[in-house]
Amino acid sequence: MSIRMFEGFKFSKLPTPLHDMDPRAKFVLTIGIFAVALLFSNIYALSAVLLIQMPLVYMAKSTRRWMKSMKGGALLALLIFAMNFITGTSFTFLLSMTIRFLSIISSFSIFFMTTSPDDLGLALERMRIPYTLCFTFTTAVRLVPTMALDAQTVVDAQKSRGLELEKGNLLKRIRNYVPILIPLIVNAIRRSVELAEALESRAFGTTEKREPLVVLKMRLTDYLTVLTTIAFVVIAVYINLYVPLPTFDIPIRMPHIWPWMRWQP
Amino acid sequence: MIKTEMLHFAYPTGDEVLKGIDLEIEDSEFVAIMGENGAGKTTLIKHFNGLNKPTKGRVLIDGVDTRKRSVASISRDVGLVFQNPDHQLFCETVKEEVSFSLKNFGYDEATIERRTNSILETLDLSEYCDSSPFTLSGGERKRVALASVLVWNPKHVVLDEPTIGQDYLQKDRLRNFILQLVSQRKTVIMVTHDVEFVAECKPRVLLLSRGNVVADGPAHKILSDDGLANQCSLIRPQMSSLMSSLKDLGLAQDVIDVYTARSCLLEAFRKVR
Repeated sequence: MSIRMFEGFKFSKLPTPLHDMDPRAKFVLTIGIFAVALLFSNIYALSAVLLIQMPLVYMAKSTRRWMKSMKGGALLALLIFAMNFITGTSFTFLLSMTIRFLSIISSFSIFFMTTSPDDLGLALERMRIPYTLCFTFTTAVRLVPTMALDAQTVVDAQKSRGLELEKGNLLKRIRNYVPILIPLIVNAIRRSVELAEALESRAFGTTEKREPLVVLKMRLTDYLTVLTTIAFVVIAVYINLYVPLPTFDIPIRMPHIWPWMRWQP
Repeated sequence: MIKTEMLHFAYPTGDEVLKGIDLEIEDSEFVAIMGENGAGKTTLIKHFNGLNKPTKGRVLIDGVDTRKRSVASISRDVGLVFQNPDHQLFCETVKEEVSFSLKNFGYDEATIERRTNSILETLDLSEYCDSSPFTLSGGERKRVALASVLVWNPKHVVLDEPTIGQDYLQKDRLRNFILQLVSQRKTVIMVTHDVEFVAECKPRVLLLSRGNVVADGPAHKILSDDGLANQCSLIRPQMSSLMSSLKDLGLAQDVIDVYTARSCLLEAFRKVR
């Protein structure tokens, strides 16, 4: 999985209606899509959840970067697909689970591509979450691209010392990642200590009550987005409870060679 | 020999960092690559061991296109020492760290032991062989990173900012060590902003600016040129500035190091007497 996948979760400033939207409205929209994706296990319904996000991707003018997150997600989806297949799940159900996973990845990709960490922090503060927690969260989000760059440099440095990540059997390949993970973790800890010291040197946390420079204000379009999302979730719950949805079955199934692996509810 | 032919490179974001670089670096040559921040120096040297592949043009290492070999295979010939040692240190002891690459290249235990001890001694790190690399100072970690590459004795050595974090004594040792590598007929290529260090080593200087080579020649010619220095955000070495300020005495203007400056000044004094 390439670290370019993170590009699909990185904010970049663009003049689009989705970028201008209030982060709280966008968050409600994302959580709405997330909840509906979890609600259904029907393949048609989940496909619809994935498809209704397409206009949002188009609106955000970030199709190429969205594709990167989807490509990265597709590899993990393939793993979910394979794990479900070897445990004897029906083909239709495992397709549904893969689409569900992609829908969730897509909704968060759209949210993070169009919401700046600053706006996210402001939104959290308005939700009366303590500033230190908001700051920790936004810093973590902000550091994701930096960590991705760091990871690429570490991979390059270790490759230059003859490390071949794709060499050997599965166990060896997993062990090959130790020289990548340790420098990354050590650097992250070192960076967090330095950041804490820098913050303390700049009087972080001295003022009890902070006055934000920018005050978030919900506009009509933001209220409409929230209302539409709520309506969307309510309709989805209704359909899930009372409307029988069509489905199909693909008769491909792994023989039950490992009955002990089958999940029993 | 390291050769680039019309080398272009752009990152996936579309930014073209290298814009048609043609250069030849002969075996056992000593080259310093200099230029402003973002000129493309590190991007260029990452082509020498195949970490970056050209988007246009090609890079040949001893006549073989880097596209046709893996990074691990090219690395046997081209040892690249990264700027920040923290991007590669991960072992419990310095000795394990230094021997990591030898294990990757499949050397036998006796050779690993012999080579590791030898390089640790050369780089003044023997006393730390059982220490954790994470407990060492920045300069010491940098030397561990250097040792971990030089240990497999690559034919071409590429150093990214080797003088960062080194005190004057260590810098002087590093200079002697690099000159020793050159005398052992190794190609040494270093990326650096340290003009004084380059002035003392006097290698061939390649000056990069915005992805192009703007000057290529001996250090005393390039570093004493005020126009080039301004173009590439460099400050001329102190000796070069001194000689410029004493221009009226008829002193040579392409002097960049203390020893040459001293003999020029002595000669001028003798004439005055």
